[in-house]
Amino acid sequence: MLSKCTFGSLLIVLSFFLMVRVLYVLYRCGKPFPKGASPSFTTLIVLGSGGHTAEMLSLLSVLRMDRYTPRFYIAAATDNMSLQKARSFEHSLPDKLLAVKEDSLRFSQIYRSREVGQSYVTSVWTTIVAIVHALWLMIRIRPQVILCNGPGTCIPLCVIAFLFKVLGIRWSSIFYVESVARVKKLSLSGLLLYNLRMADQFFVQWPQLQKNYPRAHYVGCLM
Amino acid sequence: MEDGENDGKRLVFVTVGTTSFDALVKAVVSQNVKEELHKRGYTHLLIQMGRGIYSPPKCDGADGSLAVDYFTFSSSIADYIRSASLVISHAGSGSIFETLKLGKPLIVVVNEDLMDNHQCELAEELEERKHLYCARPHTLHQTLTKMELDSLVRYTPGDGTPVARIIDRFLGFPDD
Repeated sequence: MLSKCTFGSLLIVLSFFLMVRVLYVLYRCGKPFPKGASPSFTTLIVLGSGGHTAEMLSLLSVLRMDRYTPRFYIAAATDNMSLQKARSFEHSLPDKLLAVKEDSLRFSQIYRSREVGQSYVTSVWTTIVAIVHALWLMIRIRPQVILCNGPGTCIPLCVIAFLFKVLGIRWSSIFYVESVARVKKLSLSGLLLYNLRMADQFFVQWPQLQKNYPRAHYVGCLM
Repeated sequence: MEDGENDGKRLVFVTVGTTSFDALVKAVVSQNVKEELHKRGYTHLLIQMGRGIYSPPKCDGADGSLAVDYFTFSSSIADYIRSASLVISHAGSGSIFETLKLGKPLIVVVNEDLMDNHQCELAEELEERKHLYCARPHTLHQTLTKMELDSLVRYTPGDGTPVARIIDRFLGFPDD
């Protein structure tokens, strides 16, 4: 009888602290870092099929690589071209900007939550598998910065990143750039990250989107 | 808008990227489309058909009609685009921007069989800004008869600098 009460109250107290922690995390998300916070950040780059990878590489080519290092790339398991393009990009960098060692973790593939056209019902199971796989990769990489731009692949990773923030495992700043193909409506990934306020900074490439989603930065076309 | 390399050859390059888009391939080799292209002075039609099942009949153009050829995939289609006088593409953003950056006249054909067709948003927006023409497989012929390629506006490529600046500043890096 007594242990049931203490267990119950323990649960309530824990839930309360968890709620406070989640609210704190939501508050701190989107708060800029102090100047000179760190000389570099471990960066995870999420690639996607089709135009997604091309847009991501367009962004990477103007980022100072010495600030975003070491870099890790994740693409969907069924996407063969993206990691190849990422490797070419990394090899094209001047030597001193290359990450310290060639590591098999640097270019990884992840199970997809949902294939294009897959029914939403079967997607529930595949999403669970994807989340477990994402957890495994995130525990090993523990990025401080996550760059993503739309493919569903990024959702499990961003959910885990948010969880890591709440549990104090690692603070990952999520930067989400909605794809150039989205002119009037956000993608499902974009809607989730925007409405749940999980992205620290949210970027859109067309002015129509910024009107409908005022917390987003309108940055023009990346391509 | 520039013509491709000239030995009298004017190439129309058709691309479906990594998709399957038989409706476009069939539309492009249909009689009235080929006639319209021929009327406008194009001599060659090259189709990159991706995962499509329908193989168009090849033609060497010896009888003065349009020469037709096709292939499935290529690691890079940039050279084909460069040698083309007109590009007809599916509505994938990669193909669209690759063509616009190379400054070639472009007709984007939207695949109506795709569910959740967000692709047409991009094509329609760029058409409104007069960077390309937008069509469906069954309206391709109509678009070809009415198009005025000289009225298209050259697309100025963008880049990621505004994004990089905001991310850098957010993480506490000094402005360069």
